[in-house]
Amino acid sequence: MIAARDVQKFYGDVHAIRGVSFDAERGTVFGIVGPDGAGKTTLLRMIVGVLSPSSGTVRVAFDGGDGEARRRMGYVAGKFSLYEDLSILENLSLFSRLYGMSENRAKARADELLDLTGLSPFGDRLAGRLSGGMRQKLAIAAAVLHEPELIVLDEPGTGVDPVSRRDIWGVLYRLNRKGVTIVVSTSYMDEAELCMRLIFLHEGRVLESGTPDEICGRFPYRILRARSETPGVRKSLVDFPCPGTSSFGHSVHVVVDGDDGDRRLREHLERAGIFDATVDAIPPTLEDVFVLLAGNGAHHS
Amino acid sequence: MAVETDGLTRDFGAFRAVDHVTLAIPRGAIFGFLGPNGSGKTTTIRMLCGLLRPSSGDGRVVGCDIAREGEAIRRRIGYMSQKFSLYDDLTVAENLTFYAGMYGLGNARRRERVDAMIGLADLRGRERVVTGALSCGVRQRLALACAIVHEPEMIFLDEPTSGVDPAARRRFWETIADLSEEGATVMVSTHFMDEAEHCTGLGLMYSGRMLACGTPEELKRRLVAETGRLWQARVRDSIGFLDRIHLDGSGSVLDAYIFGSSIRILARGDSLPADVAGEADWEEREVTLEDVFVHHVRSSAGKEVRKCGA
Repeated sequence: MIAARDVQKFYGDVHAIRGVSFDAERGTVFGIVGPDGAGKTTLLRMIVGVLSPSSGTVRVAFDGGDGEARRRMGYVAGKFSLYEDLSILENLSLFSRLYGMSENRAKARADELLDLTGLSPFGDRLAGRLSGGMRQKLAIAAAVLHEPELIVLDEPGTGVDPVSRRDIWGVLYRLNRKGVTIVVSTSYMDEAELCMRLIFLHEGRVLESGTPDEICGRFPYRILRARSETPGVRKSLVDFPCPGTSSFGHSVHVVVDGDDGDRRLREHLERAGIFDATVDAIPPTLEDVFVLLAGNGAHHS
Repeated sequence: MAVETDGLTRDFGAFRAVDHVTLAIPRGAIFGFLGPNGSGKTTTIRMLCGLLRPSSGDGRVVGCDIAREGEAIRRRIGYMSQKFSLYDDLTVAENLTFYAGMYGLGNARRRERVDAMIGLADLRGRERVVTGALSCGVRQRLALACAIVHEPEMIFLDEPTSGVDPAARRRFWETIADLSEEGATVMVSTHFMDEAEHCTGLGLMYSGRMLACGTPEELKRRLVAETGRLWQARVRDSIGFLDRIHLDGSGSVLDAYIFGSSIRILARGDSLPADVAGEADWEEREVTLEDVFVHHVRSSAGKEVRKCGA
C-alpha cells in the first residue's frame, strides 16, 4: 500500500532523511520506530502527502486507483489538534461536515466510533476537559470518521498512562481487523513490539526492518542475566570479554558471543569471588537490537 | 534512610495532587518513580527538594526536614529537570564551571570537580565545544554532570531520558549505576515502563497515590502470586478470540490483550483452562512491569493506600 524509495529530505543544511526505502502492505500495522529527531514525523508527513521528499518517492496506492487519495486516509498528529472548546459530539459533527458526510451517515458512524473507543458516556464533555488517553481516542475517532483505508498516527502512545495505551492499541487492532491499514510512529521500544512490521529509524536511516520476531531473531548474540546478593558484579565484568553489558537494578545483562558464554561468565564471576550468582538466558528485546545497531552504525557526536 | 516520608500530601485548591505518600528509600538505592503524566511525581519531587511545602504529612531527605530545612537540603542534593537547564551559548567547560560556582565550590575543588565531570560525561577533548552544538544524548550527560558537580549525596532526576535514543539511554543508566555504587541515592521519575527495569526499587504512582512499591522482581513475583501466569500465542483471529473469552473476574482468565501478531492472557493457576489451551500453542512469558502497573490501576479503585518501603 505504501512504497518509499530512496527518500532524501533536506531542511536547509540539515539532512533529515538519508535514503530511506520501505514497503508497508495493505492490512498491516506498520511501525516507524526511533528516537526523537530520527525523522519519523517527516516520513509520516510524506505518507500523508503534506510534505515532498527532496529526492526519491513515497507512493500510497489504494484499491481501484488513487482518486481523492487524501480522503481515503486519516491522520492523527502528535499534537492534539481538535477543538478544546467543543464537546466530543460537536467535534465529530464538525469533522463529518468537513468530510462532506450526510447527517445520517455521520450520526451512525459517530455512534459506532464512540462505542469502539468507550467514549459513549462522555459525548457532551468538552474536549479540553478530557484526559490524555481520552483525547487520543477522540482524535482517532475523528480521523477515521469517513472510513479511510489507511490511518497514520504520530506517536499515539506518548504521554498517556499504560492502561489508556492498552485501550488505544485495542482500538487500533479493531480498526485493523475491519481492514484499515495502520501506520504508527513511536519512540518506545516496548510499543514497537505491538506492531506487525516495523522499521528502525536512526539519524534519518533505516537500521533494520521486519516483524518484531524476525528482528529479534537476527540478534547475533545471546543475553545472560546475572543476579547476585554479593556486591561487585558490575565491577568484576569490566574486563570480561563480551560485546556489552547493561545494569538492570540488581541484575546485569551480559551480551555473550558463542555457546560457552554461560560457562565463561560463571568462571569469570567465581574468579572475582562471586559464587552465589544465578545466570539465566533471556530473549533479546527490540531495545537490545536497536542498541547494538545504533552503537555500530553511528557515533553519537 | 536517604528519604523518609509519612502521609505526604499536597493540595492545589480542591485538587489533591499528592495523596498520603509514605516512602522509605535506603541510601545507595536507585528508586524509580513510575507513573503517567499528571500522577503527582513532579509535585512529590518538588516537596522532597524543599521547593514546595506539603499540605500535610512530613518527610526527611538526607536527614533534613523538608518543611523547615529546605535550604540545607538544596545544598546536599542534585536536581536534573526534564528540560536540561544548560546554557547553549556556553562551552561544555563553561557550563560546568558556572554550576560549580553557583554551588560555591572553592577554586581548587572547582577545577578538580569540573575535570572529573568532563570524564563522567565522556567529553574529554570536547571541553571547548559550544553546548548548543551537542546531540540530545550528549547534552543529557552534560546536564547530569552539571547537576552533580558539587558531589551531592542524593540526586533527583525528573524524566531524564525523554526523547533520548535507546543506546544513549542505556549508557546513561550505566552512569547512574556507577553513582549508586559510589554511595549516592538516586530518585528517578519516568513514565517508561521498560526503563523502570533499571531501578533497584520502584514506586508506582497513579492519581496522586502510591499504588505499590518493591523491587522490579518483587512486583512481578507478587503479580504472579496474586493473579496468575502470563501466556502468549498466535491465534488466527485475535479479536474474535478476545470477544469470546469473558473477563468478569470470576473465571480463570483475568486479563487478555493483543500483542502484535499474538495474544497475551493472564490466567489464574499453573495451567490454562482446557477450552483456551486447546485453541493455540501457548508459551509462558515473564510478566512485564506494564502488566503490573495495569493490574494495580484497575484494582486500585476504593482500596486502602499501602504503606511502602523500598
